[in-house]
Amino acid sequence: MSRSGDGTPPAGTIVRPVIELERVTKVYRTGSIAVAALRGVSLSIAPGEYVAVIGPSGSGKSTLMHILGCLDVPTSGRYRLAGEDVGGMSETALAEVRNRRIGFVFQQFNLLSSMTAWQNVELPLVYAGVPRAERKERAMEALASVGLAGRVAHRPGELSGGQQQRVAVARALVTEPDLILADEPTGNLDSVSAADVLRLMDELHDAGRTLVLITHDAEVASASERVLGIRDGLVTENDVRYVESIR
Amino acid sequence: MSWLETFRTGVAGVLSHRLRSGLTVLGILIGIAAVILTVGLGEGAQGQVASEINALGSNVLTVTPGSSTSSTGVREALGTASTLTMSDVAALSSPVDAPDIKAVAPITSSAETLTAGSSTWTTSVQGTTPSWLTVRGRSLAQGRFIGTQDVADHGAVAVLGATTASELFRGIDPVGQTVDVNGTPLTVVGVLTSTGSSTSSSSTDQDDLVVIPISTGAERIFGGTTRNSVSSIAVQARSSGDLTAAYQETDHLLLQLHGITNPTDADFTITSEQSLISTATSVDHTLTILLSGVAAISLLVGGIGVMNIMLVSVTERIREIGLRKALGATPGVIRRQFLVEASVLGLMGGALGALLGVVGAAFLPGAVGDPITISPAAMAGALVVALVIGIAFGVYPASRAAHLAPIDALRTE
Repeated sequence: MSRSGDGTPPAGTIVRPVIELERVTKVYRTGSIAVAALRGVSLSIAPGEYVAVIGPSGSGKSTLMHILGCLDVPTSGRYRLAGEDVGGMSETALAEVRNRRIGFVFQQFNLLSSMTAWQNVELPLVYAGVPRAERKERAMEALASVGLAGRVAHRPGELSGGQQQRVAVARALVTEPDLILADEPTGNLDSVSAADVLRLMDELHDAGRTLVLITHDAEVASASERVLGIRDGLVTENDVRYVESIR
Repeated sequence: MSWLETFRTGVAGVLSHRLRSGLTVLGILIGIAAVILTVGLGEGAQGQVASEINALGSNVLTVTPGSSTSSTGVREALGTASTLTMSDVAALSSPVDAPDIKAVAPITSSAETLTAGSSTWTTSVQGTTPSWLTVRGRSLAQGRFIGTQDVADHGAVAVLGATTASELFRGIDPVGQTVDVNGTPLTVVGVLTSTGSSTSSSSTDQDDLVVIPISTGAERIFGGTTRNSVSSIAVQARSSGDLTAAYQETDHLLLQLHGITNPTDADFTITSEQSLISTATSVDHTLTILLSGVAAISLLVGGIGVMNIMLVSVTERIREIGLRKALGATPGVIRRQFLVEASVLGLMGGALGALLGVVGAAFLPGAVGDPITISPAAMAGALVVALVIGIAFGVYPASRAAHLAPIDALRTE
């Protein structure tokens, strides 16, 4: 299995999608009440794509993000991530898949406050078993690539929201994942920092990364090249008109 | 993730919550220090009792007349029957018949009133032979002990115990003075070194006695009894390992000399100091167990403290756990991280508790007056116990952390 780092497959080969969902459902049970958060979602995302998933709250957006991020497993249906069927995997195997294949960017940044920027960035590499020296080097490179070379030894509390989110992006990049999954990455930022982060996303896209951005904000979604709408647990392929309509 | 990395993460986790970690460590620390001190106190008391009993003379058997009905091994009424004689002493002294016996000291004793100038003092007067000194394991502070010649000559000499000497001759050098016993003037030739056992209530004062030649006692002091009879015979084995052999030789020889075929009809009783030691130490042992029980409970409370804090820690760090899981930490890694944190807390508590125990052992005896013996084994044991407590009480919180669903953990605001 090759990493789709540059996103441009050699000519003549069939492009294997990074994400393939087939009739995925997710049903939550609270006592005797069953709630279907996803009701048969099928979609495919190719390497190098920049996809936004947009939907109002309660649409199943978060559930989809959890399933795409291997943080949760579908009730039924099939999910292949970079050709690997993650259905029926153990918790340990899922942790390894997340570590290897997915970089997360969260709305809350989710940096560990007791660690410096570079220590936060190297964290996924610690779990991947990368030796110390190499970890630090790669963390520094990732921080430099998000424009924080001068802030590597700062703790999250000493950084602005925009800078913290950039540290989080560096952390998502550092493992060279197949997929970068951003969940409302601009939700906690002022408009200047938000634009800053979206520009960073564009740069990642230009560098050939596969990006999935989950948001309720049509303006944020419009930064992507492909928009998927989600409503009542179903995903629809959308054009800009749909985006405009839910605005 | 390697164990080293897990260890680093765990230690960092402990250090990032200093106050909370410190309070948890305090709980373990107090428990461990309490255990070390109570065990040390118990061992110290046992050592004290053992040394007091050892002061009576090591490797010594005591033969007394008449069969004892006491099951505790305590000597009963001396001289209730006069079945032991000087010929028994002579036989036991034979290196051929009793090769494992090093020395034998016959003892006749009686409570007498002593007069020296205007002072009078009633104490135990013991008639014996020169071997008494080694058999009893005593030494002289001043002068000399009674000699073979004194025994042969029925010499009018006496050696005083430290207490007796100070009671009779306050401020005067007793050696060379005369002490009057039952109207017989005796010259003091020596004073025994104090055993320091006078503080013990469990044994009679070993420093309050007068030692005279056995012949002098029989001839001049103790009226009435047959001259040949003795109150008891102290038998010293060559070493503590030979005590059993010495016991058998004594038993065999005396039965033979007294013409007794059935051992249950024996007209004498042999007791060993060993039985006294074991009786005395078993009492202290019980006390130690009791105190250790109390200390163990405090340790248990400390352990529950670790569990409590670890559970709080898991709840408080639910986002951190979720994030670590999202970034690829497997349940096993998370479990190990929390186990390491719990064991670091336990170990720190153990180490600091051991330190406090040692400091306490150095200063407490001055305050409570009892010796405290800290053994390396107790220290090592305390550390192991602290570690085990950290791990044992960390298992449940760690497995709670390990099985948190990452989405639930991340969702928490």
